[in-house]
Amino acid sequence: MSILINKSTKVLVQGITGREGAYHAEKMLEYGTQVVAGSTPGKGGQTFSALGKSIPVYNSVREAKEAHPDLDASIIFVPPAAAADATLEAAHAGIPLVVNIAEGMPVFDMMKVVKEIKNMGGVRLIGGNCPGLITPGECKLGIMPASTFKAGRVGMISRSGTLTYEASAMLAAADIGCSTVVGIGGDPIIGTTFIDLLPMFNDDPDTDAVVMIGEIGGADEEQAAEWIAKHMKKPVISFISGRTAPKGKRMGHAGALIMGNVGTAESKLEAMAKANVPVADTMDQIVTLTKKALGI
Amino acid sequence: MKLHEYQAKELLASYGVPVPPGKIARTPEEAKAIANEYNALTVIKAQVHVGGRGKAGGVKLAKDANDAFEKAQAILGMDIKGLTVKKVLVAKAVDIAKEYYCGLIHDRNVQSFTLMVSKEGGVDIEEVAATNPEAITRFAIDPIKGLRAFEARQIALDAGLEGNLNKIAAMMVGLWNACAGSDATLAEINPLVITTTGEVIAADAKIDIDDNAMSRHPDLEAYREVEAEHPLEVEAKAFGFSYVKLDGHIGVIGNGAGLVMTSLDVVSRVGGKAANFLDIGGGAKAEIVYNAVKLVCKDPDVKGILINIFGGITRADEVAKGVIRALEEGILNKPLAMRVAGTAVAEANELLKDKPINIYPTMMEAATAVVKEASA
Repeated sequence: MSILINKSTKVLVQGITGREGAYHAEKMLEYGTQVVAGSTPGKGGQTFSALGKSIPVYNSVREAKEAHPDLDASIIFVPPAAAADATLEAAHAGIPLVVNIAEGMPVFDMMKVVKEIKNMGGVRLIGGNCPGLITPGECKLGIMPASTFKAGRVGMISRSGTLTYEASAMLAAADIGCSTVVGIGGDPIIGTTFIDLLPMFNDDPDTDAVVMIGEIGGADEEQAAEWIAKHMKKPVISFISGRTAPKGKRMGHAGALIMGNVGTAESKLEAMAKANVPVADTMDQIVTLTKKALGI
Repeated sequence: MKLHEYQAKELLASYGVPVPPGKIARTPEEAKAIANEYNALTVIKAQVHVGGRGKAGGVKLAKDANDAFEKAQAILGMDIKGLTVKKVLVAKAVDIAKEYYCGLIHDRNVQSFTLMVSKEGGVDIEEVAATNPEAITRFAIDPIKGLRAFEARQIALDAGLEGNLNKIAAMMVGLWNACAGSDATLAEINPLVITTTGEVIAADAKIDIDDNAMSRHPDLEAYREVEAEHPLEVEAKAFGFSYVKLDGHIGVIGNGAGLVMTSLDVVSRVGGKAANFLDIGGGAKAEIVYNAVKLVCKDPDVKGILINIFGGITRADEVAKGVIRALEEGILNKPLAMRVAGTAVAEANELLKDKPINIYPTMMEAATAVVKEASA
């Protein structure tokens, strides 16, 4: 078991005929992900071929969904300016899980998308500006390097792509694997955040502990800490990046910005301490603290 | 991208928001001519991208054209928080009866804009928020529907604003339309003035535009001022790097915003301080890495460089090739500590093994070494 995706997840790749879409569609297939369809407006009827497989390409997500009613998820490879439209296309076509990796989307676009999806109900959006998610050994729905992930019983939620790879690799080196790893994205407004995923890991019988990688900006970590204190039955280990970042400067991620007194590392560390969530001071401490939490 | 007050007012005016008549002057003579034309009390306001202009002496009243000349002369060339004043706004003064605040901010908690309205206008709203939060009325805007006039009237009533309700609401809706129409991340009118004759006017305004949305606002591109940014930040932008100049002495290069941020933290943990944040992005090739090293070496503050790469989509051997090229061309002339892991790390180590480049297995060890070398 795992959360959100597993070996039977049927995937659509939006933008499969583009350079990025084609590259990552092949990488996902190589991992064993069931990529069953692709879509690109105007390229309907073509076939995407990779690793001896022929995958039909449709003009729209709706056409793809009609031909493959069992589609569970979509991953979007389109430029940031078109990402909002592509996300809503997937949602309106009835795809229950949509992954948007685009970096550099206008924030106002994302506000409208998140609101519309919330109004619709029944659709889970991951991202934007994220690496996607992976259930090691079963399904990779994203752009992360497959080799750093090992199957196991630790859940992971992260606002940073590279730190996700780094933490997973460190855990793997210590022989600790992951149930599902979700990169939620570095933008200020994202479809899914810590408090959406913590309950899923809490209920997942195959997850024993959760690693939460946060960073400066916003108050998602504080909200998560509050939820953990009230409801979480499993140990959570956290890490906060950007502790020494100055106020008022965007540190790479659009969302990694301290505004006034909101979004500081101090506030997040305090919230974690209050919720009794151990915070790793360095990346390698994530491993030590996870081992401790698991009693190994 | 930050707009100057006069630019923000131009934008607001194009959405029907009343602003005081005003023009830009780059010399005292120009200021005098504008004041002469208005033949009234004017306000001379420094146009720089920092807050607290008034306290710094960058805003002065002028009673006539000669006075405008003198006040402009005093303000032009003035240094406000490290920025030199190159132009002033000469605006017709308004007869103030009331000063209110009205602002739209990105609010992650509601995943939309929050409209903030307060009777405490004309002062720093962050200070009001800290000392007297009840004085601010907040309203989460539905980003799809936008702000409607009936909602604006209710907020004005809730906030206790006094004056022509329809005009006040129209100004709030105008502010929303300007904000949504130009992809602003922040749009505020402070003060929103009720004049002695009952007019509602935006006496000062602040607007920031979402850089990610600039491609669909080519008209706003003309407002960009390159000199307002650090020269190295301008150069980094041309290369497509995510770069932030900081005030320490260790140049930091890495891949991925989270990893670079963590590298800054590690440098600080071992007693150093970063001179910059530089993210080469995902999938960087040797050329990009070479340019990153070149850029960081140009910074005279940099006494040592930390390169921290976790190869995912980025290949460690490409990073190594870029660094070796910079070394062989003599560009890399400062102590360097490198940590590479992940995809193609074996190939990278092979390339680097005979080179005078120090490789460390962890970011902590690399940071410790370079901080020590830089302070030697």
